[in-house]
Amino acid sequence: MASLKDLRNRIASVKATQKITKAMQMVAAAKLRRAQEAAEAARPYSERMESVLANIAQAVSGGGEAPQLMVGNGKDDVHLLVVATADRGLCGGFNSQIARLAREHIRKLLAEGKTVKVFTVGRKGYDMLRRDYAKLIVERVELKEVKQLGFSNADDIAKKIIALFNDGQFDVCTLFYSRFKSVISQVPTAQPLIPAATGEAEGGDGAVYDYEPSAEEILGDLVPRNIAVQIFKALLENAAGEMGAKMTAMDNATRNAGEMIDKLTITYNRQRQAQITKELIEIISGAEAL
Amino acid sequence: MADSFKFELVSPERLLISEDAEQVILPGAEGEMTVLAKHAPVMTTIRPGVVTVKPTSGAEQRYAVFGGFADILPETCTLLAESAVPVGELNREDLQRRIEAAKRDAEAAEDAEARSRAELFLQQLTTLENAIIPA
Repeated sequence: MASLKDLRNRIASVKATQKITKAMQMVAAAKLRRAQEAAEAARPYSERMESVLANIAQAVSGGGEAPQLMVGNGKDDVHLLVVATADRGLCGGFNSQIARLAREHIRKLLAEGKTVKVFTVGRKGYDMLRRDYAKLIVERVELKEVKQLGFSNADDIAKKIIALFNDGQFDVCTLFYSRFKSVISQVPTAQPLIPAATGEAEGGDGAVYDYEPSAEEILGDLVPRNIAVQIFKALLENAAGEMGAKMTAMDNATRNAGEMIDKLTITYNRQRQAQITKELIEIISGAEAL
Repeated sequence: MADSFKFELVSPERLLISEDAEQVILPGAEGEMTVLAKHAPVMTTIRPGVVTVKPTSGAEQRYAVFGGFADILPETCTLLAESAVPVGELNREDLQRRIEAAKRDAEAAEDAEARSRAELFLQQLTTLENAIIPA
């Protein structure tokens, strides 16, 4: 049985831990708000981008060549998986969920006899996939130094991916990230990046556009940008999701610490009472013996 | 009063402006163009330059944009800029940094096509610098 002093120390240390988790939860809550705002501010752009892209893709599909970045190069042998995770831990199952989804895909693709390459964004994803698939990781990016996620970060990643594609390093590209559904729920998602999944153009307007310069040229400019936008969106959703997951995890940790303190306090009080009783018995039996 | 149309300027990071405008001047890839209401549908790429917006109410606003494209319809005009800053907030250091980055890109370009594109971009940036920042 632990002595009273041990118990006291234990309670003090759990209390200190609780203070830390509480502070982390509050920090995460503040950051979550910011991340959510950023994700919302980015939404109009990606929505407009999608509708414009769908429009122009429709116009081009009538004739002429669509760029390979959009329709793929017709092969399906080498897959590039872009796995975007957070750079920090202590956010519950957030990172491992994404890694698990990626791992399942890797296993499936390997079983089908495809070649798999992995591009990790964020330190945690790299750490997790390194254990099993170190040889498959061709490239990695860490965003730890970045305070406020900007479009240029996503653009850099997109440029790397496009360079690899133009180099013939892979045929199909899929992006893994966590979709921010709500503060308590993030859904790991696999999204095809190359070839791009374009939605149908909204019917209705069906306007006949003039293109300046040509439709093909605009599309050639647009598609790489769209990839960057998709990545940017994924990174922002990830950032918001990470903070949401961290908030939940830290809330749980704070609550657990509270429960633990209660239990330890009861044990401590009981033991102290037992000690007092024991001393009393000793005194009384000593007095009786006289 | 002249007819108005809905003008939106969005960058990946935020929505900069969304209001009714009478007239918008865009730096199109093939020359400056003025958009008025009931413009024929046009889609064009944008080179770095200044966008001038004349809203139906309020004063004229100027934004520096760094590439992007515009989707023009009779009732709406959406400008998707790669990056956009109100001219008042633009400063020389920021522009210098962009020019430096463009220079590096031009030097790092591997084939002739990429290099000429990077150089064109650089040249456009320099023009922009001279246009908005008084020496």
